[in-house]
Amino acid sequence: MIEFTLWDIVRNLLLAARWTIVLSLIAFIGGASLGLLFTVLRLSGNRLLKVMIGIYVDVFQGTPLLMQLFLAYFGTAALGFNVSAWAAASIALTLFTSAFLCDIWRGCLEAVPRGQWHASRVLGMDYLQTMRHVILPQALRLSVPPTVGFSVQVIKGTALASVIGFVELTKAGTMLNNATFAPFTIFALVALIYFALCYPLSRYSRYLERRLYDAGMR
Amino acid sequence: MTLVCVKDLHKSFGDLEVLKGVDLDVAPGEVVAIIGRSGSGKSTLLRCLNQLEQHDGGDIEIAGQRLDADAMAPSDLSRNVGMVFQSFNLFPHKTVGENVMLAPVVVRGVDKLEAARVAREVLDKVGMLEKFDAYPAQLSGGQQQRVAIARALAMKPKVLLCDEVTSALDPELVGEVLRVLEALAEEGMTLILVTHEMKFAHDVADRVVFMHHGRIHEQGDPKTLFNHPSTPELKQFISAVL
Amino acid sequence: MGLTLDFLALSPYAGELARGLVTTVVLTVVTTLSGLMLAIVVAYLKVHAATWVRRILGGYVELTRNTPFIVQLFFIFFGLPAFGIKIDAITAAFLAMTLNLAAYTAEILRAGIEATGRGQLEAARTLGMSKLQSYRHVVLVPAFARIYPALTSQCIIVMLGSAVVSQISVFDLTFAANFIQSRNFRSFEAYLLVTLVYLLLAVGMRQLFLLVGRRLFAFRQGGLA
Ligand SMILES: Nc1ncnc2c1ncn2[C@@H]1O[C@H](COP(=O)(O)OP(=O)(O)OP(=O)(O)O)[C@@H](O)[C@H]1O
Ligand SMILES: [Mg+2]
Repeated sequence: MIEFTLWDIVRNLLLAARWTIVLSLIAFIGGASLGLLFTVLRLSGNRLLKVMIGIYVDVFQGTPLLMQLFLAYFGTAALGFNVSAWAAASIALTLFTSAFLCDIWRGCLEAVPRGQWHASRVLGMDYLQTMRHVILPQALRLSVPPTVGFSVQVIKGTALASVIGFVELTKAGTMLNNATFAPFTIFALVALIYFALCYPLSRYSRYLERRLYDAGMR
Repeated sequence: MTLVCVKDLHKSFGDLEVLKGVDLDVAPGEVVAIIGRSGSGKSTLLRCLNQLEQHDGGDIEIAGQRLDADAMAPSDLSRNVGMVFQSFNLFPHKTVGENVMLAPVVVRGVDKLEAARVAREVLDKVGMLEKFDAYPAQLSGGQQQRVAIARALAMKPKVLLCDEVTSALDPELVGEVLRVLEALAEEGMTLILVTHEMKFAHDVADRVVFMHHGRIHEQGDPKTLFNHPSTPELKQFISAVL
Repeated sequence: MGLTLDFLALSPYAGELARGLVTTVVLTVVTTLSGLMLAIVVAYLKVHAATWVRRILGGYVELTRNTPFIVQLFFIFFGLPAFGIKIDAITAAFLAMTLNLAAYTAEILRAGIEATGRGQLEAARTLGMSKLQSYRHVVLVPAFARIYPALTSQCIIVMLGSAVVSQISVFDLTFAANFIQSRNFRSFEAYLLVTLVYLLLAVGMRQLFLLVGRRLFAFRQGGLA
């Protein structure tokens, strides 16, 4: 067996953490785009679309992310495609992210006071004008803190990709653990790296929220 | 004999000196009404009396016990001093009966049966017995305030502090609360009340204290004070509020 | 060739599925209760305890909220025995889930506690209650009433997150699915069925919380918070 120094462990974990970051970025960018599309479709006024997107959101929020990953992995196989763990994880995490962001953004749109709609109507603006000039700018401001906050959930979510065999930070941790039998050190380091990725985002989200709140109170 | 004895009381908030040396003696059974302009320090004086604020200088003695927040647990203080607030502050998740029974049970360790008996007695006194099982949200403001008075009475305080207890009420509900206080006064309860109800102060108080800029500016029996104020400040105050 | 599903292939494994379901439900019920109790203690100490205690608790809450649950689970299951603390998989699962739920709930609860009116605390104090007494009798229930929707969501998240305990061989629903697909190679059917069960559990939990909340917080009728 090869001897691992602490530095070897740290280096290997940091290298694997790159894939955590890449997967997070894919999931977040893909999820945000898809989520945006769903948000727009939801606003389009089509009842059927609205109901279907609602069900989509409920299903993804009401089932374990781990199951979503399994289904993406084994489901595509059952359909006759053989996809890599890498692709399956990207698909599942993107869908997962889109559902949550869609729900967060709906909440932000609804949080704009109804009086704003009435006031715009009185001023003679139509639906699109009101949306564009009055509602969206306000909803956008409201949406930044929870969106940043959710990015933390995405990063943590990528850890589950390890279960279907994608080698990112957590998987690297379990592999190193099998090779070195230093579980305490390894998982403490793994946790620390996740913390270093997530904590700044958490803080930033809280700071933004605080600022929004203060602005509202003034 | 005095029940409440305040000597040269000082209290500041940062740079703002709110109480600049207050002396006040209250005898058992006495009803003292404190009046004065907004910001003159009336609430602060009451809040020092039950140590919701700690005074910076001077002495407070209640029933022979010197108030010193560092050395005292809230449970010691509640033995002597009860308080009723402008905003009722009933506990929203407790029924009327539970609101009244809570402190005797958890602070005094009274058993539940006895606490319930006392609760019925004091609720009857304020005319709220039939609402024993209602929640505060189901009561009018006047009813809530009467329950708050009963809640304070259940601890059998020697003196009851009331800070503008009718100010948050709709005008038609003020009377029912004042009548309860009047009945308490007649029973011999010691009351110190801050009030804007001049007629009530005139009719019910044994003594009226006029506070001005953090001091007791003038005091005396209500008839004299209201009819023959001796300082221009009190004259002005009375003509402004009447 | 398209999708051919054969759910009948799962029927011989009803026993495994039932066993997994029971484990998941028991884990959820027990950790919901223990997690809430721990959160109540943590939230109190985070306000009233000595500075060093508050620091440590703050560290625990932030560490938990900013690392994946699966890593917490592995740390407890694989890492602690290195200290001579030997625990079995199910205990590790209980511990990890409880600590996880408590960290989130303590933070949610803090917001609910901070919304307590100053008047409520002053009333409690003039009635002679100590800090602990007023926390327990005056602050806690209205705070829970305020945060109840967020609390409901968090408990459901922990239930769904518990799927991960299958990775340390706890025989939960997910483990049952893994087990079945390793025998009959019908992985998609197994995972689809189990996913559906999780969905039903989530919906059921939400309804149950709603029902319990309505009874627990009946005092809110009349609109006052
Ligand atoms: N906690 C506090 N911190 C800072 N300043 C305070 C505080 N409490 C009271 N003050 C200030 O002290 C002064 C006296 O306040 P107090 O509440 O005693 O007046 P009051 O006579 O009761 O007035 P009102 O009739 O409006 O109730 C005011 O200027 C007030 O702003
Ligand atoms: Mg006042």
